[in-house]
Amino acid sequence: MTAEVFAIEDALASYDPVMGLEVHVELNTKSKMFCGCPTEFGAPPNTQTCPVCLGLPGALPVVNARAVESAIKIGLALNCEIAQWCRFARKNYFYPDMPKNFQTSQYDEPIAFNGWTEVVVDGETYRIEIERAHMEEDTGKSTHVGGATGRIHGASHSLVDYNRAGIPLIEIVTKTIEVPPAKAAAVARAYVSMLRDLLLALDVSDVRMDQGSLRCDANVSLKPKGSSVLGTRTETKNVNSFRSVERAVTYEITRQAAVLASGGKVVQETRHWHEDTGITTSGREKSDAEDYRYFPEPDLVPVAPSREWVEELRATLPEAPSTRRVRLQEEWGFTDLEMRDVVNGGALELVVGTVELGVTPAAAKKWWLGELARAANESGQALGELGVGAAEVAEVQKLVDTGALNDKLARQVFDGLVKGEGTPAQIIEARGLALVSDDSALLEAIDRAIAANPAVVEKVNSGKPAAAGALIGAVMKDMRGQADAAKVRELLNAKLGI
Amino acid sequence: MSDLTRKTAVELSELMTAGEVSSVEITQAHLDRIGAVDGAVHAFLHVDSEGALAQAAAVDSRRAAGEELGPLAGVPLALKDVLTQDGVPTTAGSKMLEGWRPPYDATVVRRLKAAGVVILGKTNMDEFAMGSSTENSAYGTTHNPWDLNRIPGGSGGGSSAALAAYEAPLAIGTDTGGSIRQPGAFTGTVGVKPTYGGTSRYGLIALASSLDTPGPCARTTLDAALLHEVIAGHDPMDSTSIDQPVPAVVDAARRADVAGLRIGVVKELGGEGYQPGVEARFHEAVELLTKLGAEVVEVSCPHFEYALPAYYLILPSEASSNLAKFDAMRYGLRVGDNGENSAEKVMSLTREAGFGAEVKRRIMLGTHALSSGYYDAYYGQAQKVRTLIARDFTRAYEQVDVLVSPATPTTAFAIGDRIDDPIAMYKNDLCTIPSNLAGNAAASFPCGLADEDGLPVGFHVMAPVMRDDLLYQVGGALEAALAEQWGGVLMSKAPELEVTR
Repeated sequence: MTAEVFAIEDALASYDPVMGLEVHVELNTKSKMFCGCPTEFGAPPNTQTCPVCLGLPGALPVVNARAVESAIKIGLALNCEIAQWCRFARKNYFYPDMPKNFQTSQYDEPIAFNGWTEVVVDGETYRIEIERAHMEEDTGKSTHVGGATGRIHGASHSLVDYNRAGIPLIEIVTKTIEVPPAKAAAVARAYVSMLRDLLLALDVSDVRMDQGSLRCDANVSLKPKGSSVLGTRTETKNVNSFRSVERAVTYEITRQAAVLASGGKVVQETRHWHEDTGITTSGREKSDAEDYRYFPEPDLVPVAPSREWVEELRATLPEAPSTRRVRLQEEWGFTDLEMRDVVNGGALELVVGTVELGVTPAAAKKWWLGELARAANESGQALGELGVGAAEVAEVQKLVDTGALNDKLARQVFDGLVKGEGTPAQIIEARGLALVSDDSALLEAIDRAIAANPAVVEKVNSGKPAAAGALIGAVMKDMRGQADAAKVRELLNAKLGI
Repeated sequence: MSDLTRKTAVELSELMTAGEVSSVEITQAHLDRIGAVDGAVHAFLHVDSEGALAQAAAVDSRRAAGEELGPLAGVPLALKDVLTQDGVPTTAGSKMLEGWRPPYDATVVRRLKAAGVVILGKTNMDEFAMGSSTENSAYGTTHNPWDLNRIPGGSGGGSSAALAAYEAPLAIGTDTGGSIRQPGAFTGTVGVKPTYGGTSRYGLIALASSLDTPGPCARTTLDAALLHEVIAGHDPMDSTSIDQPVPAVVDAARRADVAGLRIGVVKELGGEGYQPGVEARFHEAVELLTKLGAEVVEVSCPHFEYALPAYYLILPSEASSNLAKFDAMRYGLRVGDNGENSAEKVMSLTREAGFGAEVKRRIMLGTHALSSGYYDAYYGQAQKVRTLIARDFTRAYEQVDVLVSPATPTTAFAIGDRIDDPIAMYKNDLCTIPSNLAGNAAASFPCGLADEDGLPVGFHVMAPVMRDDLLYQVGGALEAALAEQWGGVLMSKAPELEVTR
């Protein structure tokens, strides 16, 4: 099933997208939100459970203090206010993967609220207002067996794994994101990407999108240009890559535009994102009748973090990734474009590491975004997975600086490194890559070049010294590149008397 | 040796310490008594003879080895079927959990076991503790040992009836709106609702989380206090558990002194709708306490009249959520799983078949009261009333040390009498509910028999949060004074049950 969609340009010509993002983050605490069960990913099904996270009759939750600490750190990093006193609430609904048939969550009293953050897209900075960041528990995981699609329809039976049930989650909810319509999808992607970096820097989550520890729900609606009336929104659930966030938002804009333009109505519903086909399909209809019957969780006492604790945590916050980038760009003297290339190329941390070992930022950038990025691209690996680290890059650059290697030879050393041929020294030895610094060897090569190119020598002698370049080239070729070109020029000039 | 089942826990403990009798003998005597009378009383849903005798034997060998044991070591106890006991069937009186054996012990059970208390079995109760008569049990009604045609009270009718039928000297109940105190009153036994959070709810199958409180039941005040001391105290597994030392309840029960104590009679809990015989015994008890040196004044708690409606919004709201877990997915009953029905269908068929009428009524009430658009008018408003009631208590305790009232407006009613009239049934808990809403400590002590029907009347004492000791002080004094009149505890006046073999 494919829906009629508009081209994005046509959609944006008639409608302004209105967007809000909800990001679920699984915390990397050792134990679950309300019990002591381990949270390790990938354990055999239902081996990390107890009466509490299975919701057995009589069992009671107790709040994980470390999860509260992580929630506060996230709130602070997103410039939120931290509640002096807040409560958990029960969100009541039935689903087989939810042991208690209510989710212990936060409703009208979140631990963090009223924050903001910034993202950079194409050199422009956009401010994103944060509505809230609240604590909740994850549900179990259903697997539908026996059907062709792995979905519940057509399945013969379903299996539920409760290992994930009760893992602490933080849900970060933005206010309506107001950016130029053409930037909406890119800003959504940049926001999720920024959050990932931030959460990594805070060390509160593994943020493995492929394992579902970071999941994004995108709310999108359209309003006709010039109108102030909000349209009906859809919620595209569990989008789990940066690229998909951008694509899913774009798709919903084009789909809703087509629906509206044909006189139809956008249905308020949740939608599923399909990575393979790049479309969303209708999920559960989310009418106003949906009623979670929230009420304060009577099994838990309120959470009241002391101001001293909050300030202690604030003092431990690392520099925000966005702030750090601005600082680094300034220190390195990079243009916006250069900095963006480094960041988008996934080379930021590698360049930082290389510069810390004494390499100039320009040289570090040159190797990582040049030779090494090309190699990574060819082998389909991430830059950090090449088997080349900051230490190797620094070592090679040091040899270039001392004149032992030139750029061409250095590239060959990197090739050897990528191919796993050993250390730079071993590769230089094995491939015979050192520059020849012995004058007599060079002079012999110069003599051979002069003897072989009488016409060129004639040109030089008749007052055209620029023609000597051809002789240098011949010498370099003779030396198989392993000569310092400046040194060759110096010796050649002396020989020719120019 | 006189009949071991007639003895108090304290007496049994003394006999064991003196080496005159073993825990196995005591346990066997009670198992025999259960075998003889429970066919008529139906206090028990499950008798764990093997487990009980094994626990008793373990205590005997520890004692023989010279180990220092707690005062209740080796004494048998009846456990309300709403508390989980590892490996022992636990149903909460519902078809929904028929045959379920929990994989863990409730904290209260863990503490009982650690103290060497011998658990005889699980006692009958209104389904999921909803009811005031034990007629709502999915496994049949419990009969009041004073008159087998009467209800024993609810929801903990099984526990109190087990005491009154001499099937156990000690029992555990849970009190959400009076489920320990009301059956205590109806069976002429002692029932104590500790301060909310004073005893752990971990392992208590929840009815209404903000109200549920496990507590001790016994035939004497001192026995109840000893049991209280065993089960009370902070539990890190229960977030609402109070992290403070347990009040000195045993000392208070032994001291049993009310001289100089200020006692407030709650004006609103009496008069119209109260059985004359109940009022007469209550006032005599108050007079008796005055003679013992207590200072008695009348106190007004104006918001108590709203306690019942507030309670019947808060309780069903929390219950509707707490009972959602009974969905046929992981344990208990499953109906309609024929490979054709969806999970949702199996869930609803199971809930239809597994829940009784009263449970369904309260789930519907609670679901409605919490639904959007009604939350503020119902649940929100009830919470405000709750605050006002707590304030009434606070003001009253500025004038007096404890508050008193009849425990119930009437004595035990006949089986079937009120089962079709929920409102009449709910009114039974008029006196007991305010203490649950405020989280205060409260207890019922036997204070005589009503003239009209010769059935027990309960004297209700309410004390501030974490002043559970005051309950025992008053209860102990009253019990001692009345024992002089009666020549023993009130229970000794109960008619002999016909023994069947």
